[in-house]
Amino acid sequence: MLDWRWDFTWEILPRLLVATGNTLLAALLGYGLAIVLGLALALAQRTPWRVLGMVVREAVEFIRSTPLVLQIFFVFYVGPQFGVRLSPWTAGMIAIGLHYAAYLSEVFRAGLESVPKGQWEAATSLNLSPARTYFRVIIPQAIPSSLAGMGNYLVGIFKDTPMLSVIGVAELMHTANAIGSETYRFLEPYTLVGIIFLAISLPTAGGIRLFEGWVRRKLGILK
Amino acid sequence: MNAPDMSAFPLRLEGPSVPMVSFRKVTKTYGSLVVLDSLDLDVNEGEMVTIIGPSGSGKTTVLRMLMTLESINDGVIYVEGEPLTHMPKGGQLVPADARHLRRIRSKIGMCFQSFNLFPHMTALENCMEGPVHVLGLSRKEARERAEDLLAMVGMAEKRDQHPSRLSGGQQQRVAIARALAMRPKIMLFDEVTSALDPEVIGEVTNVIRKLVAEYNLTMLMVTHQMGFARDISDRVCFFYGGKICEQGSPDELFGNPRQERTQQFLSAVREAI
Repeated sequence: MLDWRWDFTWEILPRLLVATGNTLLAALLGYGLAIVLGLALALAQRTPWRVLGMVVREAVEFIRSTPLVLQIFFVFYVGPQFGVRLSPWTAGMIAIGLHYAAYLSEVFRAGLESVPKGQWEAATSLNLSPARTYFRVIIPQAIPSSLAGMGNYLVGIFKDTPMLSVIGVAELMHTANAIGSETYRFLEPYTLVGIIFLAISLPTAGGIRLFEGWVRRKLGILK
Repeated sequence: MNAPDMSAFPLRLEGPSVPMVSFRKVTKTYGSLVVLDSLDLDVNEGEMVTIIGPSGSGKTTVLRMLMTLESINDGVIYVEGEPLTHMPKGGQLVPADARHLRRIRSKIGMCFQSFNLFPHMTALENCMEGPVHVLGLSRKEARERAEDLLAMVGMAEKRDQHPSRLSGGQQQRVAIARALAMRPKIMLFDEVTSALDPEVIGEVTNVIRKLVAEYNLTMLMVTHQMGFARDISDRVCFFYGGKICEQGSPDELFGNPRQERTQQFLSAVREAI
Protein backbone atom coordinates (compact mmCIF):
# COMPACT_ATOMS: atom_id res chain seq x y z
CA MET A 1 0.00 0.00 0.00
CA LEU A 2 1.00 3.58 -0.50
CA ASP A 3 2.90 4.67 2.54
CA TRP A 4 2.96 8.48 2.32
CA ARG A 5 4.08 10.20 5.50
CA TRP A 6 2.99 13.81 5.85
CA ASP A 7 5.15 14.56 8.89
CA PHE A 8 8.23 13.46 6.94
CA THR A 9 7.04 15.51 3.94
CA TRP A 10 6.83 18.73 5.99
CA GLU A 11 10.16 17.92 7.61
CA ILE A 12 12.09 17.70 4.30
CA LEU A 13 10.23 20.45 2.45
CA PRO A 14 12.37 23.38 3.74
CA ARG A 15 15.55 21.57 2.72
CA LEU A 16 14.17 20.95 -0.76
CA LEU A 17 13.04 24.55 -1.11
CA VAL A 18 16.55 25.76 -0.30
CA ALA A 19 17.83 23.41 -3.00
CA THR A 20 15.19 24.82 -5.36
CA GLY A 21 16.96 28.14 -4.98
CA ASN A 22 20.17 26.49 -6.17
CA THR A 23 18.35 24.87 -9.08
CA LEU A 24 16.91 28.22 -10.17
CA LEU A 25 20.28 29.88 -9.77
CA ALA A 26 21.96 27.18 -11.86
CA ALA A 27 19.27 27.43 -14.55
CA LEU A 28 19.42 31.23 -14.75
CA LEU A 29 23.23 31.46 -14.67
CA GLY A 30 23.53 28.72 -17.26
CA TYR A 31 20.84 30.34 -19.40
CA GLY A 32 22.47 33.77 -19.22
CA LEU A 33 25.76 32.25 -20.31
CA ALA A 34 23.98 30.30 -23.07
CA ILE A 35 22.31 33.45 -24.45
CA VAL A 36 25.55 35.41 -24.67
CA LEU A 37 27.55 32.49 -26.09
CA GLY A 38 24.71 31.41 -28.35
CA LEU A 39 24.46 34.88 -29.88
CA ALA A 40 28.22 34.91 -30.41
CA LEU A 41 28.04 31.48 -32.09
CA ALA A 42 25.18 32.62 -34.32
CA LEU A 43 26.93 35.85 -35.33
CA ALA A 44 30.22 34.01 -35.94
CA GLN A 45 28.45 31.93 -38.59
CA ARG A 46 27.42 35.10 -40.41
CA THR A 47 30.82 36.77 -40.69
CA PRO A 48 32.55 37.01 -44.06
CA TRP A 49 35.29 34.69 -42.73
CA ARG A 50 34.18 31.36 -44.13
CA VAL A 51 36.66 29.27 -42.13
CA LEU A 52 35.47 30.70 -38.81
CA GLY A 53 31.88 30.01 -39.82
CA MET A 54 32.67 26.42 -40.74
CA VAL A 55 34.57 25.74 -37.51
CA VAL A 56 31.74 27.19 -35.41
CA ARG A 57 29.17 25.25 -37.41
CA GLU A 58 30.99 21.96 -36.75
CA ALA A 59 31.47 22.79 -33.07
CA VAL A 60 27.74 23.49 -32.71
CA GLU A 61 26.91 20.20 -34.43
CA PHE A 62 29.35 18.35 -32.18
CA ILE A 63 27.87 19.80 -28.99
CA ARG A 64 24.31 19.11 -30.12
CA SER A 65 25.11 15.52 -31.06
CA THR A 66 26.69 14.47 -27.75
CA PRO A 67 24.88 14.00 -24.41
CA LEU A 68 24.86 16.82 -21.88
CA VAL A 69 25.80 14.47 -19.05
CA LEU A 70 28.95 13.44 -20.93
CA GLN A 71 29.89 17.08 -21.42
CA ILE A 72 29.41 17.75 -17.70
CA PHE A 73 31.62 14.79 -16.78
CA PHE A 74 34.17 15.82 -19.36
CA VAL A 75 34.59 19.38 -18.13
CA PHE A 76 34.68 18.30 -14.48
CA TYR A 77 36.78 15.10 -14.57
CA VAL A 78 38.89 15.45 -17.72
CA GLY A 79 39.66 19.13 -17.21
CA PRO A 80 42.08 18.51 -14.29
CA GLN A 81 44.23 16.27 -16.54
CA PHE A 82 44.92 19.40 -18.55
CA GLY A 83 45.47 21.44 -15.43
CA VAL A 84 41.97 22.97 -15.46
CA ARG A 85 40.53 22.41 -11.99
CA LEU A 86 37.02 23.74 -11.61
CA SER A 87 34.53 23.64 -8.77
CA PRO A 88 31.36 21.61 -9.49
CA TRP A 89 29.42 24.83 -9.91
CA THR A 90 31.85 26.38 -12.38
CA ALA A 91 32.28 23.19 -14.36
CA GLY A 92 28.51 22.66 -14.38
CA MET A 93 27.75 26.19 -15.56
CA ILE A 94 30.32 25.97 -18.35
CA ALA A 95 29.02 22.59 -19.55
CA ILE A 96 25.33 23.42 -19.41
CA GLY A 97 25.88 26.98 -20.71
CA LEU A 98 27.86 25.70 -23.68
CA HIS A 99 25.38 22.93 -24.38
CA TYR A 100 22.42 25.27 -24.48
CA ALA A 101 24.43 27.93 -26.32
CA ALA A 102 24.69 25.45 -29.19
CA TYR A 103 20.90 25.02 -29.25
CA LEU A 104 20.18 28.72 -28.79
CA SER A 105 22.62 29.65 -31.57
CA GLU A 106 20.32 27.75 -33.96
CA VAL A 107 17.32 29.71 -32.66
CA PHE A 108 19.19 33.00 -33.08
CA ARG A 109 20.46 32.02 -36.51
CA ALA A 110 16.90 31.40 -37.70
CA GLY A 111 15.76 34.64 -36.06
CA LEU A 112 18.52 36.68 -37.70
CA GLU A 113 17.78 35.11 -41.07
CA SER A 114 14.10 36.00 -40.71
CA VAL A 115 14.91 39.73 -40.81
CA PRO A 116 14.33 40.94 -44.40
CA LYS A 117 17.39 41.76 -46.49
CA GLY A 118 15.99 45.23 -47.12
CA GLN A 119 16.72 46.13 -43.51
CA TRP A 120 20.44 45.57 -44.13
CA GLU A 121 20.23 47.60 -47.30
CA ALA A 122 18.50 50.49 -45.55
CA ALA A 123 21.15 50.40 -42.81
CA THR A 124 23.90 50.44 -45.43
CA SER A 125 22.26 53.37 -47.20
CA LEU A 126 22.35 55.26 -43.89
CA ASN A 127 26.00 54.25 -43.49
CA LEU A 128 25.39 52.45 -40.18
CA SER A 129 28.38 50.26 -39.26
CA PRO A 130 27.87 46.47 -39.29
CA ALA A 131 28.04 46.31 -35.48
CA ARG A 132 25.47 49.06 -35.08
CA THR A 133 23.27 47.49 -37.73
CA TYR A 134 23.26 44.25 -35.75
CA PHE A 135 22.56 45.80 -32.37
CA ARG A 136 20.15 48.57 -33.39
CA VAL A 137 18.38 47.10 -36.42
CA ILE A 138 18.76 43.37 -36.93
CA ILE A 139 18.86 41.85 -33.43
CA PRO A 140 15.85 43.83 -32.10
CA GLN A 141 13.82 42.49 -35.02
CA ALA A 142 15.14 38.95 -34.57
CA ILE A 143 14.06 38.87 -30.93
CA PRO A 144 10.29 38.38 -31.35
CA SER A 145 10.67 35.42 -33.69
CA SER A 146 13.35 33.91 -31.43
CA LEU A 147 11.37 34.20 -28.19
CA ALA A 148 9.31 31.02 -28.59
CA GLY A 149 12.44 28.93 -29.13
CA MET A 150 14.29 30.76 -26.36
CA GLY A 151 11.40 30.04 -23.99
CA ASN A 152 11.47 26.33 -24.81
CA TYR A 153 15.14 26.16 -23.98
CA LEU A 154 14.68 28.14 -20.76
CA VAL A 155 12.30 25.42 -19.57
CA GLY A 156 14.68 22.85 -21.05
CA ILE A 157 17.75 24.07 -19.19
CA PHE A 158 15.72 24.21 -15.97
CA LYS A 159 14.67 20.60 -16.38
CA ASP A 160 18.24 19.55 -17.21
CA THR A 161 19.78 21.03 -14.06
CA PRO A 162 19.37 17.67 -12.22
CA MET A 163 22.19 16.41 -14.42
CA LEU A 164 24.48 18.67 -12.41
CA SER A 165 23.86 16.36 -9.43
CA VAL A 166 26.27 13.85 -11.01
CA ILE A 167 29.19 16.13 -10.15
CA GLY A 168 27.79 17.11 -6.76
CA VAL A 169 26.05 20.45 -7.35
CA ALA A 170 23.60 20.71 -4.46
CA GLU A 171 20.51 21.34 -6.52
CA LEU A 172 17.08 19.72 -6.10
CA MET A 173 17.86 16.25 -7.40
CA HIS A 174 21.11 16.01 -5.48
CA THR A 175 19.32 17.02 -2.27
CA ALA A 176 16.48 14.57 -2.84
CA ASN A 177 19.03 11.79 -3.37
CA ALA A 178 20.82 12.81 -0.19
CA ILE A 179 17.56 12.71 1.79
CA GLY A 180 16.79 9.30 0.32
CA SER A 181 20.10 7.80 1.24
CA GLU A 182 19.94 9.23 4.77
CA THR A 183 16.38 8.05 5.53
CA TYR A 184 15.77 5.23 3.03
CA ARG A 185 12.57 7.04 2.03
CA PHE A 186 12.42 8.04 -1.64
CA LEU A 187 8.68 8.44 -2.31
CA GLU A 188 8.23 11.82 -0.62
CA PRO A 189 11.43 13.60 -1.77
CA TYR A 190 11.13 12.50 -5.41
CA THR A 191 7.42 13.32 -5.51
CA LEU A 192 8.11 16.75 -4.09
CA VAL A 193 10.87 17.33 -6.64
CA GLY A 194 8.42 16.48 -9.43
CA ILE A 195 5.80 18.84 -8.02
CA ILE A 196 8.31 21.67 -7.61
CA PHE A 197 9.53 21.27 -11.22
CA LEU A 198 5.96 21.24 -12.49
CA ALA A 199 5.02 24.27 -10.38
CA ILE A 200 7.82 26.28 -11.96
CA SER A 201 7.81 24.96 -15.56
CA LEU A 202 4.12 25.41 -16.30
CA PRO A 203 3.78 29.09 -15.32
CA THR A 204 7.11 29.87 -16.99
CA ALA A 205 5.92 28.47 -20.32
CA GLY A 206 2.69 30.49 -20.05
CA GLY A 207 4.61 33.60 -18.97
CA ILE A 208 6.87 33.36 -21.99
CA ARG A 209 3.90 33.43 -24.36
CA LEU A 210 2.57 36.58 -22.66
CA PHE A 211 6.05 38.10 -22.71
CA GLU A 212 6.36 37.41 -26.45
CA GLY A 213 3.17 39.34 -27.17
CA TRP A 214 4.29 42.17 -24.91
CA VAL A 215 7.67 42.44 -26.66
CA ARG A 216 6.02 42.55 -30.07
CA ARG A 217 3.74 45.37 -28.98
CA LYS A 218 6.62 47.19 -27.29
CA LEU A 219 8.74 47.01 -30.46
CA GLY A 220 5.78 48.07 -32.58
CA ILE A 221 6.06 44.89 -34.64
CA LEU A 222 2.72 43.32 -35.46
CA LYS A 223 2.63 39.68 -36.43
CA MET B 1 40.19 34.95 -63.87
CA ASN B 2 42.90 37.58 -64.18
CA ALA B 3 42.68 40.73 -62.12
CA PRO B 4 41.10 43.42 -64.30
CA ASP B 5 43.53 45.95 -65.71
CA MET B 6 42.85 49.16 -63.81
CA SER B 7 45.53 51.27 -65.50
CA ALA B 8 42.99 52.61 -67.99
CA PHE B 9 41.08 54.35 -65.19
CA PRO B 10 42.29 57.61 -63.66
CA LEU B 11 42.93 57.75 -59.90
CA ARG B 12 40.49 60.62 -59.78
CA LEU B 13 38.56 62.67 -62.28
CA GLU B 14 39.80 66.20 -62.68
CA GLY B 15 38.82 69.15 -64.75
CA PRO B 16 36.45 72.12 -64.68
CA SER B 17 33.22 70.13 -64.76
CA VAL B 18 33.64 66.85 -62.94
CA PRO B 19 30.33 64.98 -62.94
CA MET B 20 28.72 64.23 -59.58
CA VAL B 21 28.46 60.57 -60.54
CA SER B 22 30.38 58.82 -63.25
CA PHE B 23 30.07 55.19 -64.28
CA ARG B 24 33.08 54.15 -66.38
CA LYS B 25 32.81 50.86 -68.25
CA VAL B 26 30.90 49.33 -65.36
CA THR B 27 30.11 45.66 -65.78
CA LYS B 28 28.01 43.55 -63.45
CA THR B 29 27.42 39.85 -63.97
CA TYR B 30 25.64 37.16 -62.02
CA GLY B 31 27.30 33.97 -63.18
CA SER B 32 26.88 33.99 -66.96
CA LEU B 33 24.13 36.63 -66.87
CA VAL B 34 25.42 40.08 -67.83
CA VAL B 35 23.29 42.67 -65.99
CA LEU B 36 25.32 45.75 -66.84
CA ASP B 37 27.49 45.66 -69.93
CA SER B 38 30.36 48.16 -69.85
CA LEU B 39 28.08 51.00 -68.82
CA ASP B 40 29.17 54.62 -69.19
CA LEU B 41 26.92 57.16 -67.50
CA ASP B 42 27.60 60.62 -66.12
CA VAL B 43 25.23 62.55 -63.89
CA ASN B 44 25.97 66.22 -63.28
CA GLU B 45 25.48 68.13 -60.09
CA GLY B 46 21.86 69.07 -59.54
CA GLU B 47 20.68 66.93 -62.42
CA MET B 48 17.62 64.66 -62.20
CA VAL B 49 18.19 61.60 -64.34
CA THR B 50 15.48 58.98 -64.75
CA ILE B 51 16.17 55.45 -65.85
CA ILE B 52 13.41 53.57 -67.64
CA GLY B 53 13.36 50.24 -69.38
CA PRO B 54 11.94 46.74 -69.31
CA SER B 55 12.48 44.58 -66.23
CA GLY B 56 15.81 42.82 -66.27
CA SER B 57 17.44 45.63 -68.23
CA GLY B 58 19.75 46.48 -65.32
CA LYS B 59 18.16 49.76 -64.25
CA THR B 60 17.81 48.95 -60.56
CA THR B 61 21.33 47.49 -60.56
CA VAL B 62 22.69 50.92 -61.50
CA LEU B 63 21.27 52.41 -58.30
CA ARG B 64 22.20 49.44 -56.15
CA MET B 65 25.81 49.56 -57.32
CA LEU B 66 26.02 53.26 -56.61
CA MET B 67 24.67 52.60 -53.10
CA THR B 68 27.34 49.83 -52.78
CA LEU B 69 24.66 47.18 -52.25
CA GLU B 70 26.16 45.20 -55.13
CA SER B 71 29.80 44.52 -55.88
CA ILE B 72 31.36 45.56 -59.17
CA ASN B 73 32.86 43.10 -61.66
CA ASP B 74 34.65 45.57 -63.88
CA GLY B 75 34.97 49.30 -64.37
CA VAL B 76 34.96 52.11 -61.83
CA ILE B 77 32.26 54.33 -60.36
CA TYR B 78 33.35 57.85 -59.43
CA VAL B 79 31.50 60.17 -57.06
CA GLU B 80 32.51 63.83 -57.20
CA GLY B 81 35.60 62.71 -59.07
CA GLU B 82 36.72 60.26 -56.40
CA PRO B 83 36.49 56.54 -57.05
CA LEU B 84 33.75 54.86 -55.01
CA THR B 85 34.27 51.20 -55.84
CA HIS B 86 38.03 51.53 -55.73
CA MET B 87 40.64 53.57 -53.94
CA PRO B 88 44.06 54.81 -54.94
CA LYS B 89 46.89 52.89 -53.36
CA GLY B 90 50.53 53.00 -54.45
CA GLY B 91 49.63 54.93 -57.59
CA GLN B 92 46.92 52.58 -58.81
CA LEU B 93 43.30 51.71 -58.12
CA VAL B 94 42.59 48.79 -55.82
CA PRO B 95 39.17 47.58 -54.58
CA ALA B 96 37.82 49.93 -51.91
CA ASP B 97 38.03 48.87 -48.27
CA ALA B 98 35.17 49.32 -45.78
CA ARG B 99 36.47 52.66 -44.54
CA HIS B 100 36.73 54.13 -48.02
CA LEU B 101 33.26 52.87 -48.92
CA ARG B 102 31.84 54.46 -45.77
CA ARG B 103 33.40 57.81 -46.54
CA ILE B 104 32.21 58.03 -50.15
CA ARG B 105 28.85 56.40 -49.41
CA SER B 106 28.04 59.18 -46.95
CA LYS B 107 27.33 61.40 -49.97
CA ILE B 108 24.55 59.12 -51.18
CA GLY B 109 21.05 58.42 -49.89
CA MET B 110 18.52 55.93 -51.19
CA CYS B 111 14.80 55.17 -51.06
CA PHE B 112 13.56 51.68 -51.82
CA GLN B 113 10.53 50.14 -53.45
CA SER B 114 9.65 48.35 -50.19
CA PHE B 115 10.42 51.42 -47.98
CA ASN B 116 12.61 49.38 -45.59
CA LEU B 117 11.80 51.53 -42.59
CA PHE B 118 12.98 50.06 -39.29
CA PRO B 119 9.73 48.57 -37.93
CA HIS B 120 10.72 48.74 -34.26
CA MET B 121 11.31 52.49 -34.40
CA THR B 122 8.82 55.32 -34.74
CA ALA B 123 8.89 57.61 -37.78
CA LEU B 124 10.92 60.13 -35.79
CA GLU B 125 13.36 57.49 -34.47
CA ASN B 126 13.84 56.20 -38.01
CA CYS B 127 14.90 59.69 -39.06
CA MET B 128 17.18 60.18 -36.03
CA GLU B 129 19.05 56.87 -36.13
CA GLY B 130 21.61 57.83 -38.78
CA PRO B 131 22.15 61.45 -37.71
CA VAL B 132 22.78 60.42 -34.08
CA HIS B 133 24.83 57.26 -34.61
CA VAL B 134 26.61 57.99 -37.87
CA LEU B 135 26.89 61.78 -38.11
CA GLY B 136 27.31 62.17 -34.35
CA LEU B 137 24.61 64.82 -33.89
CA SER B 138 23.22 65.37 -30.41
CA ARG B 139 19.75 63.94 -29.86
CA LYS B 140 18.34 67.46 -29.73
CA GLU B 141 19.90 68.50 -33.05
CA ALA B 142 18.90 65.23 -34.69
CA ARG B 143 15.36 65.59 -33.39
CA GLU B 144 15.02 69.12 -34.78
CA ARG B 145 16.38 68.03 -38.13
CA ALA B 146 14.07 65.00 -38.24
CA GLU B 147 11.02 67.04 -37.23
CA ASP B 148 11.73 69.63 -39.94
CA LEU B 149 12.06 66.94 -42.58
CA LEU B 150 8.96 65.06 -41.43
CA ALA B 151 7.06 68.35 -41.66
CA MET B 152 8.47 68.87 -45.14
CA VAL B 153 7.11 65.50 -46.30
CA GLY B 154 3.81 66.14 -44.48
CA MET B 155 4.34 63.53 -41.79
CA ALA B 156 4.81 65.74 -38.71
CA GLU B 157 1.63 64.50 -37.07
CA LYS B 158 2.57 60.85 -37.49
CA ARG B 159 6.10 61.18 -36.14
CA ASP B 160 5.47 58.99 -33.08
CA GLN B 161 3.84 56.16 -35.04
CA HIS B 162 5.56 52.91 -35.89
CA PRO B 163 5.69 52.00 -39.60
CA SER B 164 3.12 49.23 -39.12
CA ARG B 165 0.55 51.97 -38.38
CA LEU B 166 1.34 53.91 -41.56
CA SER B 167 0.08 53.47 -45.13
CA GLY B 168 2.55 52.70 -47.91
CA GLY B 169 2.57 56.29 -49.11
CA GLN B 170 3.18 57.54 -45.59
CA GLN B 171 5.98 55.03 -45.04
CA GLN B 172 7.66 56.07 -48.26
CA ARG B 173 7.48 59.74 -47.26
CA VAL B 174 9.11 58.91 -43.92
CA ALA B 175 11.77 56.94 -45.82
CA ILE B 176 12.51 60.02 -47.95
CA ALA B 177 12.83 62.14 -44.79
CA ARG B 178 15.09 59.49 -43.24
CA ALA B 179 17.42 59.54 -46.25
CA LEU B 180 17.47 63.37 -46.40
CA ALA B 181 18.32 63.59 -42.69
CA MET B 182 21.80 62.33 -43.61
CA ARG B 183 22.22 65.40 -45.89
CA PRO B 184 23.28 63.44 -48.96
CA LYS B 185 24.37 65.16 -52.15
CA ILE B 186 22.95 62.39 -54.28
CA MET B 187 19.54 60.78 -53.84
CA LEU B 188 18.54 57.49 -55.41
CA PHE B 189 14.90 56.53 -55.87
CA ASP B 190 14.42 52.87 -56.73
CA GLU B 191 10.85 52.34 -57.98
CA VAL B 192 9.58 54.21 -54.94
CA THR B 193 5.98 54.18 -56.15
CA SER B 194 5.81 50.61 -57.47
CA ALA B 195 4.53 49.08 -54.22
CA LEU B 196 1.92 51.80 -53.65
CA ASP B 197 -1.81 51.85 -54.25
CA PRO B 198 -2.60 54.15 -57.18
CA GLU B 199 -4.40 56.73 -55.05
CA VAL B 200 -1.37 57.40 -52.83
CA ILE B 201 1.28 57.58 -55.56
CA GLY B 202 0.68 61.32 -55.84
CA GLU B 203 1.65 62.05 -52.25
CA VAL B 204 5.09 60.52 -52.86
CA THR B 205 5.66 62.01 -56.31
CA ASN B 206 4.68 65.43 -54.93
CA VAL B 207 7.43 65.17 -52.33
CA ILE B 208 9.94 64.32 -55.05
CA ARG B 209 8.71 67.26 -57.14
CA LYS B 210 9.34 69.45 -54.10
CA LEU B 211 12.88 68.11 -53.78
CA VAL B 212 13.57 68.90 -57.42
CA ALA B 213 12.22 72.43 -57.02
CA GLU B 214 13.71 73.35 -53.67
CA TYR B 215 16.85 71.27 -53.07
CA ASN B 216 20.07 71.22 -54.99
CA LEU B 217 20.27 67.45 -55.05
CA THR B 218 21.63 65.22 -57.74
CA MET B 219 19.02 62.54 -58.30
CA LEU B 220 18.85 59.23 -60.04
CA MET B 221 15.45 57.60 -60.28
CA VAL B 222 14.17 54.31 -61.60
CA THR B 223 10.45 54.44 -62.26
CA HIS B 224 7.57 53.02 -64.25
CA GLN B 225 5.61 56.30 -63.95
CA MET B 226 6.30 57.63 -67.43
CA GLY B 227 4.24 60.78 -67.02
CA PHE B 228 6.06 61.64 -63.82
CA ALA B 229 9.43 60.92 -65.42
CA ARG B 230 8.58 63.19 -68.31
CA ASP B 231 7.51 66.03 -66.01
CA ILE B 232 10.36 65.99 -63.65
CA SER B 233 13.54 64.73 -65.33
CA ASP B 234 16.35 66.70 -66.87
CA ARG B 235 17.36 63.60 -68.77
CA VAL B 236 15.85 60.18 -69.36
CA CYS B 237 17.88 57.04 -70.08
CA PHE B 238 16.27 54.05 -71.72
CA PHE B 239 18.02 50.85 -70.64
CA TYR B 240 17.98 47.69 -72.64
CA GLY B 241 20.09 44.58 -72.08
CA GLY B 242 22.43 46.18 -69.56
CA LYS B 243 23.23 49.17 -71.73
CA ILE B 244 21.84 52.62 -72.33
CA CYS B 245 19.95 52.14 -75.58
CA GLU B 246 18.92 55.78 -75.89
CA GLN B 247 19.04 58.90 -73.76
CA GLY B 248 17.95 62.48 -74.06
CA SER B 249 15.69 65.18 -72.70
CA PRO B 250 12.22 63.94 -71.70
CA ASP B 251 10.64 65.64 -74.70
CA GLU B 252 13.13 64.05 -77.10
CA LEU B 253 12.92 60.59 -75.63
CA PHE B 254 9.17 60.42 -75.06
CA GLY B 255 8.16 62.69 -77.96
CA ASN B 256 10.52 61.51 -80.62
CA PRO B 257 12.31 58.27 -79.75
CA ARG B 258 14.85 57.31 -82.40
CA GLN B 259 15.65 53.72 -81.48
CA GLU B 260 13.24 51.00 -82.46
CA ARG B 261 13.56 49.36 -79.01
CA THR B 262 12.62 52.60 -77.30
CA GLN B 263 9.60 53.01 -79.56
CA GLN B 264 8.47 49.45 -78.86
CA PHE B 265 8.90 49.88 -75.12
CA LEU B 266 7.06 53.19 -75.00
CA SER B 267 4.17 52.01 -77.09
CA ALA B 268 3.86 48.84 -74.95
CA VAL B 269 3.79 50.98 -71.83
CA ARG B 270 1.14 53.29 -73.34
CA GLU B 271 -1.04 50.34 -74.29
CA ALA B 272 -0.89 49.13 -70.70
CA ILE B 273 -2.51 52.40 -69.60
